[in-house]
Amino acid sequence: MAQFDWQPVWLTLQLAGTTTLLLLLVGTPFAWWLARTRSFWKQPVGAVVALPLVLPPTVLGFYLLLLLGPKGVVGEMTQALGLGLLPFTFWGLVVASVLYSMPFVVQPLQNAFEALGDRPIEVAATLRASPLDRFFTVAVPLARPGFLTATVLGFAHTVGEFGVVLMIGGNIPGETKVLSVAIYDYVESLEYDQAHILAAGMVGFSFLVLLTLHFTNRRLEVRQ
Amino acid sequence: MTGIEVSFKAQVGGFALTTAFVAPSRGVTALFGHSGSGKTTLLRCVAGLQQAEGRLVVNGEVWQEGRWSMPVHRRPLGYVFQEASLFPHLSVRRNLEYGWRRLPAAERRVAFDEAVALLGVERLLSRAPSGLSGGERQRVAIARALLTSPRLLLMDEPLSALDERSKAEILPYLERLHDELAIPIFYVSHSLAEVARLADHIVWLEKGLLKAEGPALDLLTRVDLTLRAGEAEAVLEGVVARHEEADHLTVVETAWGEIWLQRIAHAPGHRVRVRLPARDVSLALEAERQSSILNAWPAVIESITATEPGRVLVQLRPAADPQGIPLIARITERSVRQLGLMPGRAVFARIKSVGLMN
Repeated sequence: MAQFDWQPVWLTLQLAGTTTLLLLLVGTPFAWWLARTRSFWKQPVGAVVALPLVLPPTVLGFYLLLLLGPKGVVGEMTQALGLGLLPFTFWGLVVASVLYSMPFVVQPLQNAFEALGDRPIEVAATLRASPLDRFFTVAVPLARPGFLTATVLGFAHTVGEFGVVLMIGGNIPGETKVLSVAIYDYVESLEYDQAHILAAGMVGFSFLVLLTLHFTNRRLEVRQ
Repeated sequence: MTGIEVSFKAQVGGFALTTAFVAPSRGVTALFGHSGSGKTTLLRCVAGLQQAEGRLVVNGEVWQEGRWSMPVHRRPLGYVFQEASLFPHLSVRRNLEYGWRRLPAAERRVAFDEAVALLGVERLLSRAPSGLSGGERQRVAIARALLTSPRLLLMDEPLSALDERSKAEILPYLERLHDELAIPIFYVSHSLAEVARLADHIVWLEKGLLKAEGPALDLLTRVDLTLRAGEAEAVLEGVVARHEEADHLTVVETAWGEIWLQRIAHAPGHRVRVRLPARDVSLALEAERQSSILNAWPAVIESITATEPGRVLVQLRPAADPQGIPLIARITERSVRQLGLMPGRAVFARIKSVGLMN
């Protein structure tokens, strides 16, 4: 058996880590807004966030390719800014993954924030805490199980994506060739042994993720 | 200007609240009314938790004027919710410190240990809120509110979620707040017993409108506001003067004069409230020296109101002070006719029984 190529694994972890971090940064205020607003826009915006749940990944990838490509609005902008084009680069994958995994981070957070109700926030307000202060000292700690679920689901979902990656990333080793694409490659070239190592690894990883999530959430619930 | 000037017009769902009054800058103002009368909405308006149009000035400081409203976290208030609402992720100590730490040191007028001792929560500090009893939680919540050194303390039925034992446990602490702190308190309640025990001033709401407001002892005896004629009573405030140990009696000095009651535990000098049920007050035209009744005071009839078949409620003022705290007597129409009672007539009020308020 030839030397096993670990590069897709590291690349995948990098992509999933970066994506999850960005999603937590962007998704948290977004989820907070969705949970608290009484605006008319709540439902339409919520539906757009949830779109990747029902859309075929190739559809999302196709439109992203057009949008980020040389004739797309975003593509023209990134070129004008001297950033070049995003498709078929690592950062292109990050952008696509953020959009694709968005509902898996935003929805658990939104649910957790909604479950808090108004009371703890009102109490904090009467105890002199400013809006930002009450968010970080009351809402975030009380929504901890939601953050855990969001992180794990966002990460795991990014690790597993295939369709979007193929459309917008292609198959460039070290740049866009992630785990799921590598498995596909091995199977195509009938290298089943190599495919097995990655595929079985994914099964084990996914099982561990769900188990950890389950136990940690139970522990958090018992503590509160 | 001193006093708390409150004037609000609020719309919550299908419910409308319109009210305006000036509450005294000291003591307990009870916001009293049945459920659905708007008392909690009014309290939330005062806190700024509920949007409303109006004006709110607390001892000269403007909290709201027209559409401008000071944000909740900038108002120097303390709020005690119906359920204690402690932060479950913080220990009792961290709960208490939450508001206290957010106050600049120079503005802390209530010392940490002082509030902790006042509410008797010293031994709970390291515990988690989930391990406390209902009464303990509410005491922590009150101490937490006090530690923000509020210039107005708002309490939304702090006892209603508690069982009788926990209520009895907390009431003495509330009385201590009233006696030992100079902080004005807005106290929402639907319990006349609680109001009679704690309030100095009453704001009475009905269906979102102000029904009556005024000094508590006065309002409690207003015949037209009496909820049930059979249970009408007057409440007097007084100071324990002395104990007559041989007779097992205590003498309390009130605005009406000395009042004798069963020996109570409070030491001389202690301020107490006593209740005089209207059905235990009778009227006589002359002071009878030979009687088993210990308490009899000269009075003037202010009004006579028929309330139920054959019975009337007679409102009395002290003969020496026409503006004094009134008493109510519940007597038969027959006695009114036989004694020739009418407003302005001088009589003697004879009190058969007096109860301490608690």
